[in-house]
Parts: sequence; C-alpha cells; structure tokens
Amino acid sequence: MNKKYYIKDYVILRQGRLIRNGEVLLEAGNPELKDFLRKIYKSFGMRYPKFFKMDDLSRLGFLAAEILFDQEKPEADTALIFANSSSCLETDKAYSKTMSGFPSPSLFVYTLPNIVLGEISIRHGLRSENLFLVQDRFEPTTMIDYSHSLLNKAKASNVLCGWVDLHNTDYDVFLWQIAASGRLEHNEEELNKIYLPE
Amino acid sequence: MNLNFLLGDSIISPLGFGTQLNLEAIRQGETALQSHTNLSYQKDSFYAGIIDNDLLDEAFSRIGNLRAYTKLEKMMLLSIHQVLEDFPYLDLERTGLVIATTKANIDELGKGRFSEDRLMLWKLGEVVAKFFGFQDKPMIVSNACVSGALALKLGNDLIQSGRFDHVMVAGGDLVSEFVLSGFNSFQAISPEPCRPFSNDRQGISLGEAAAAMLIGPKTGKGETRIGYIDAVTANDANHISGPSRTGEGLYSSISRLLKANKVKPSEIDFLSAHGTATAYNDEMESIAFNRAGLQDIPVNSLKGYYGHSLGASALIESIITRHNMLNNELFASRNFTDLGVSRPLNIIQQHRSSELNLALKTASGFGGCNLAMFLKKVQDE
Repeated sequence: MNKKYYIKDYVILRQGRLIRNGEVLLEAGNPELKDFLRKIYKSFGMRYPKFFKMDDLSRLGFLAAEILFDQEKPEADTALIFANSSSCLETDKAYSKTMSGFPSPSLFVYTLPNIVLGEISIRHGLRSENLFLVQDRFEPTTMIDYSHSLLNKAKASNVLCGWVDLHNTDYDVFLWQIAASGRLEHNEEELNKIYLPE
Repeated sequence: MNLNFLLGDSIISPLGFGTQLNLEAIRQGETALQSHTNLSYQKDSFYAGIIDNDLLDEAFSRIGNLRAYTKLEKMMLLSIHQVLEDFPYLDLERTGLVIATTKANIDELGKGRFSEDRLMLWKLGEVVAKFFGFQDKPMIVSNACVSGALALKLGNDLIQSGRFDHVMVAGGDLVSEFVLSGFNSFQAISPEPCRPFSNDRQGISLGEAAAAMLIGPKTGKGETRIGYIDAVTANDANHISGPSRTGEGLYSSISRLLKANKVKPSEIDFLSAHGTATAYNDEMESIAFNRAGLQDIPVNSLKGYYGHSLGASALIESIITRHNMLNNELFASRNFTDLGVSRPLNIIQQHRSSELNLALKTASGFGGCNLAMFLKKVQDE
C-alpha cells in the first residue's frame, strides 16, 4: 500500500525558459507566448501539423510532453494526470467573442481543459487513464495520491503528471514522470522544490 | 482494501429537487426537455432541460442568501445540503469534497454580476466548501462528459489511500448560451427532444442539473447497499472531438474493468450507457458494447429524461443506477423508436422489474475520454 515512487524526468516551461531535469535547454529572454512556442517547436525540429490547430494551452502541454518523451517513447499505459488553475479560460474568452457572429467550432472544442490530454494521447498512442483537476494553485497532493493509487492498483505502469496553466499572457508548465526507482522521492516536498526553486 | 458504498444522494433537476422526486418523475414518464426560445443567442426554439429560476430561488432561500450565489452554485449547494441532512453526524474535517463540472459559472462570463474570479472552477469549490464548512481544499474534476463518474472514482481512491473517511462528490453544469452555441456550431443540437440509439435521432438535447453523492465505508447493519467496485478510464487516442470509429477507448475501459474484476459479460444485469443521441456517439457505443460482449445486457440512456447535463450526467446516471438496483427496477430508454446503430443492443423499452445485482455505468466525452464503472449490490449478513 505504501510503496514508494520516484520522480523520473521533468520539464519546466516558464518565462521564456525551457528546463529539463534541471538543465536549461532553451533561454529565449521573455518573448511573447506565441514566439516562445514557435521557438521550441523549431529548435526541436518537430513536424506535427496538428500542432497548429491547437489552442495555446494544448500547445504548452503538448510541447512539454514532446520534450519529456524526446529520449524515450512512453509506454501505452502511461496515465495522464494533469491540473491547472485557469482551466481553459483564455480559449473560453476567445470563443465567446465569436458567439455573436459565427460561433467557431474549432475554438469550442478547446473550451475543455482535458483536451490537452487528448492531444498528448493521440500523439503518443496512449489509451490510458486520464484525470484533469482544477485547483487555485500548484499543490500536488491529490495528483500524488491519485497517481500512486493507479500504480498500486495496476491501472497504469507509468504516470505523467502535469501542471499546465495559462492565464492572460502568463504561462506556467511543469511536467514530471513517475518511476518505481530513482533519486528523488515522489512527494510534495521534492515536487515543490523543483517547482519553486529557492 | 475496504469497499466504499454509495451512501446517500440528491439530484436537483427540472424533474424535481431531490432524488425521490426525480425517480417518481421518471416512473411517470416525465421529461425535463421542453421547448425554449428565451436564450438570446438561439433564434429558433430548441429543446432543453432548464431549471425554473423562481422555483430554485424559492427552495434556496430556505438555506442561503439568494443574491450571494450564482444559479449553478444554488443548485449545487441545494443538492449537497439535501445529502448532509441525512448525515447530521458526518465529520466534515475527515470528509473530502470533489466537484465535477465542465464549465461551472460560464454563464456569468462578461456579465459583471459577480467578481471576476467567480469564473474560475476552483472558486466554485471554494464557495461550496465555505458554505458547509468542509475543511480540506475541494478538488475539481473537469474531464469533459466523464467528469461526474471520474469524480466518484477519485473520491473512492482518496478514501482507500487513507486521506479521507468519506467524500462528498458533487456535480453540476448549466444550459448556457456558451455551450448551446458551441454544440450548435457542430450542428449537434437536435431540433426535437433527443432520441438516444434511435434510427431517427438528430443530435443531443442539453439539460442542466446538479447532483451530490456521499461515498464511504458502510454504517449500520442489516441493510442492502450499493458498493462502488471499480472504475477504469481509457483514452481513444484518436480524435479530440469525434468518437473513435472502432469504439477503441470505450471498449478498452470496459474490457480492462471486466478483466481486473474477473467478471464475465453475462454476470452484468444492467448497462447504464452514455447515449447522447448524436449519430457518431451512439454508433461508437454500439460497436464498443458489442466488442465487449454486452449486446444482450438491458441498456438505457437517461438523456431523453434529462438532456445532456455534461459534467453532472455520469453522476446523475450513477445515482439513478443506485436506486434502480435498490428497487430492482429498470427504466425505459425514453424517446427510443427503432434501433439506429449498426450493432444489436438490448434497449429497455418499458419500465419493468428486474433483479439487479451488478451494473455497469459507462460515459464518453470530448478529448477522447471514456469511463467504465461497476456498482454492485451488497447484502449484509
């Protein structure tokens, strides 16, 4: 029941910086979100036409997952447990502006925060467990409890957790993978240390 | 691992404010779906299940300040209040709160009636927790149309992991211009009340509702209870808004659930389907059910009674399933005419009695998500 799990790899996208496992892979000053997204897409040589149809929330989660899975393709039963604070409010506002004229179906589909889980699942062929939570701020307790529950009940062999938030022009992305062995224990203290280094 | 039970529940819908009123309305063949023209966006009339504001205010004024809460908050607070009335000794310090919603207070967008943060889904949780005095920070599940059942799964797992003794699972969504215009832009809104699985189905009808369910270990003795056995979710990994043509994700969730619990399809007494009445969804479900060997299991969709209540729907359908099992009754799949999917299904065409011991609840939604859940009758010795 109280089996221990560990933090395997992680990716952070914040203020124009892309960090993987503590290493800064890209430093772009503090560009507009769209320029930052484009820069990551290009510098990793990605080719994925669906990327251009996505809203910015999905692009953020998608790119972070690409970089995390860059070296090792995920197992098909890797569960996705994501959370954020603003749900998909940016896309809600963009869609609502189209309501008085011709409501946009291509924006409407992105007015659910769990669509980013669908995008990552499609990209990597993950027919796995999903959960999307909304919380006022980053607080990994429930994600930890639920991911351990899925692993303990053999509902998943791996778990990718993610905090993918977009509010106004502020974005904050932290993805991490859980493993049965490793250096850092998968708990609140270690995750908070990575999320908010002193 | 200790089994958790569905201990008490409430449904707030146009069919009534309380589970028993909802059950009685369904037994009488009533529907929440009425013709409306009063939303400014929609010029033509449309069918939807909409809660009357005056009736809601009348009921809510007995428990709270009418002007301090949005419509959805009033609905959700009423539903949780009803459940808590049956459990006066519940320790709220050891009771978690999980809320399922897709769009929460989206109808307040741009209206300026409440502070801006009221649009945030977590704020809905904060408002509800504060009203009743739940101590732990509420958890909001926003996972499209599987949210209501996924919230039950999360609640169960958090009790089993020792975090809580009980969990109050609530769900709610509104019929908003936002959602109505969105489904309309997909041409997915039916001009008539929706007809799940029928050959003359023309799309969905929306319906607003809130619901609440307390789950936790058994209390008392000598009772018949409905246990939460297990649930599995699986993504289609196929398309973000269209259901899989092969029913892959739904099939996976069902087959994994069967395997993990060593259950054969023939042991299932009742299948509570999602059945939105869009052409593609119902067809996908029929394929997935057949692949899983469920074509002979009595099945219904409750969307003809309620319309699609999005984040609340799978919770409401779980509540109705619980009572169907306790009462050994099956509800007809309302508005069904002739089968309009490519694979055979055993659609329940009339209310009838039937011994129900094991039920399967399924749901599917945008983002390719699918869920399958077992509920089982447990008799005390």
